[in-house]
Amino acid sequence: MSQHKFLSGTIGGFTHALQHALESEELARVDGWLQRLDPRVKLVGLLALVVATAASRKLSVVLLIFAVALVMAMASHVQWKTLFTRVWLPVLGFTGVIAVPAIFLTPGEVFWRSPFGVVHVTHAGLRAAAMLVSRVETAATMSTLLILCTPWTHVLKALRSLHVPVEIVAILMMTHRYVYLLIETANEMFVARQSRMVGRLDAATQRRVATRTGGVLLSKTVQLGEEVHLAMQARGFRGDVRLLDQFRMETRDYAALMLLLGITAAALYVGH
Amino acid sequence: MNPSGTAVFEITGLNYRYDKVPALNGLSLKIGRGERIALLGANGSGKSTLLRILDALAFGDKGEVKFFGSPLTPQSMEDESFAYDFRRKVGLVFQNPDVQLFNPTVFDEVAFGPLQMGWTHGKVNEAVTRALEGMEIAHLWDRAPHRLSGGEKKRVAIASVLVLDPEVVLLDEPTVTLDPKSQSQVIDLLVDWKSGAKTVITATHQLELVDAIADKCFVMQQGQIMATGTPAEILSDGDLLLRTNLVHSHRHTHDGVTHSHPHVHGPGGHSHTH
Ligand SMILES: Nc1ncnc2c1ncn2[C@@H]1O[C@H](COP(=O)(O)OP(=O)(O)O)[C@@H](O)[C@H]1O
Ligand SMILES: [Mg+2]
Repeated sequence: MSQHKFLSGTIGGFTHALQHALESEELARVDGWLQRLDPRVKLVGLLALVVATAASRKLSVVLLIFAVALVMAMASHVQWKTLFTRVWLPVLGFTGVIAVPAIFLTPGEVFWRSPFGVVHVTHAGLRAAAMLVSRVETAATMSTLLILCTPWTHVLKALRSLHVPVEIVAILMMTHRYVYLLIETANEMFVARQSRMVGRLDAATQRRVATRTGGVLLSKTVQLGEEVHLAMQARGFRGDVRLLDQFRMETRDYAALMLLLGITAAALYVGH
Repeated sequence: MNPSGTAVFEITGLNYRYDKVPALNGLSLKIGRGERIALLGANGSGKSTLLRILDALAFGDKGEVKFFGSPLTPQSMEDESFAYDFRRKVGLVFQNPDVQLFNPTVFDEVAFGPLQMGWTHGKVNEAVTRALEGMEIAHLWDRAPHRLSGGEKKRVAIASVLVLDPEVVLLDEPTVTLDPKSQSQVIDLLVDWKSGAKTVITATHQLELVDAIADKCFVMQQGQIMATGTPAEILSDGDLLLRTNLVHSHRHTHDGVTHSHPHVHGPGGHSHTH
């Protein structure tokens, strides 16, 4: 593969994946357990479980909460593959960078020693690494389930009805659109560049092009972002998010809320 | 706030600059109720800036803008009831539909304005349905707006403004990026949509649109109004069109004589004025 192809291929793939992630509304419209719940219940219930995950000092409790996430994913038709590629693998990559050294550096009872005693692994080190990875994986899975199974505008409205300040909700709304525009603009610029590009660029030129493109991209999107804001104002937006779907709590919603908060309370009690 | 006889917009001596770039230079104009106006001007002449001023999204550094006799200022737009009334009465369709479409579905997109206005859900549903049908996009109601074709996006953007049934509609280059078929479709829909005494102000550099969309033209150059007149008067003034870069001079040979004359791009190819 030529370098040029590598560069454009990677950026193309990356922007495509991001675009897909932002457009995941299809899954939010599927008829599943989470999808049918009131967005406020999802927001409160899943966030409570994230808090329980962070507060738990026992690996078994974190793993149990993770199992709860898996059950919810299954009941909501979320594919393993989606979770694996979007959450589990990337999170493992990020946390691994921190967790792997911890295995070797944490002092304590030695579990395994390499030949010649160069490095050794301690029980405490293994536990710390497992705790870190499972906590982050669980929290990330919970948040992803919320985002995947709820239209973005409903997340915003749920935040509003839970009295999150208007300013924060407006910023989130803008950010979402802004990131989307950034991706679209990046894609367009890449296509435009590719159609003009003949032959190969050496590495130094490629770096220069990438830097310059980044600058242009940023100023372009800032301008577009401002325009998006103007367009929202033009249609009467004054900071408050008003949506068509009126949330209504039904028996199922109350039951689900009790269930999720019950699991949270149990996890907090046992994991303490 | 609506005495008859008062101009919809009255601008006097307006200056506007982007940091150091002057965009409007002592511009004055008056637009009456029910007038259909074309703002003609080459790229960079200040059309989009003027539309933003008219929609109270930007405010001049000097000069005055009045809407039905009331000044449009950042202070007046702070007033909740004035702003509500203004946004209800004036709608702007942006040139780039991508900046205007930020909702998950076409239906949500068109419902955005009415919901901001605090209409009841029954009224919102009714108005959205009517706007979607008017723009012939009812079948797209559940689609993601940013994934539509250019012509469809434009129609969603227009529907999302017309849904409020505004008295004044501002259109920024409504057909510029569309293919010829979508262009004429959008023009037809805009021309057919005439409920009551609407004031429609269209910014464009496409002379071939003027006849369909306007009874009166303002020709802009360097942030000023250079000329005012009926479409017939403006379109027949070859010198004016050349000076304001709305046409380019075009050299060619007739019967062995080379000469230059203005060159107009019409909808059905090229038409020459000799
Ligand atoms: N965001 C901006 N920042 C700086 N200058 C701008 C910006 N937008 C427009 N201008 C400048 O203001 C002038 C008028 O632009 P504009 O109103 O967009 O004209 P038109 O719509 O007729 O093409 C031009 O010189 C343009 O370069
Ligand atoms: Mg413009």
